[in-house]
Amino acid sequence: METMTLGGKTLALDADGNLANRNDWNEDVAREIAAYEGIAELTQPHWAVINFMRKVFEKEGDSPSIRRLTKESGVDTKTLYQLFPKGPAKKAARIAGLPKPKGCI
Amino acid sequence: MNNHSAQPIERVSIIVSRGSLEGVYPGLIMANGARMEGIEASLFFTFFGLDAIINKRMHSLKVATVGNPAMHMPTLLGALPGMSSFATSMMKKEMEKLDIPPVGEFLTMIHDAGGEIYACKASVDMFHLKTDDFCPELDGVISVGQFYEKAAGAQIIFT
Repeated sequence: METMTLGGKTLALDADGNLANRNDWNEDVAREIAAYEGIAELTQPHWAVINFMRKVFEKEGDSPSIRRLTKESGVDTKTLYQLFPKGPAKKAARIAGLPKPKGCI
Repeated sequence: MNNHSAQPIERVSIIVSRGSLEGVYPGLIMANGARMEGIEASLFFTFFGLDAIINKRMHSLKVATVGNPAMHMPTLLGALPGMSSFATSMMKKEMEKLDIPPVGEFLTMIHDAGGEIYACKASVDMFHLKTDDFCPELDGVISVGQFYEKAAGAQIIFT
């Protein structure tokens, strides 16, 4: 199993490189993963997306679709792609400490 | 962080050549899915595939119930009036459940995500279409030559 060392702690990763244990996640970990992914600063809209994804995952066991994300989080599609330039589904889930989304949309 | 030795896909150019519901959606889903993964995507609509980006037509695409063996429906039954509309509305309901948007909304989503949308010049001329006939997301009417130029370095997918 791959690991990632953040703030002196070694965290386990799944096969996709996302956190293996959701309990390892906190806002500082999110900031460090974001920096690793090339996002220097997590702004308020980033947090809106991250928190919405975590909320949906908590309830439903999978991340929301991009369509739902944009309809319900208040962040539109264009902004979403600006916030997470290299693929919002993958990146946002990773920063939110969630597994890669299963859905296709 | 993956250890795949193969080169990851960075760009796709997807050709949509058919105008049935089941002919159009795979291309849209693949283009949107590419953008979600951070892969550059462009869509090139040609022949009857143009229906998907024509304002007056995009909302009434239908599932083919005749000549479609995978419908598992006798040909004569599939030819009954209303059968195609019925199958289409059933399929649209199922798609909505999966959060697959209607064609117009899907095109906006793909375009807002940075996907490019082109129409084939030969088909546009053949069907006597004008720019006004197309959805606002259209990035241009281009020739096959221009398509290949834009597709440089991309995987080309024909649907």
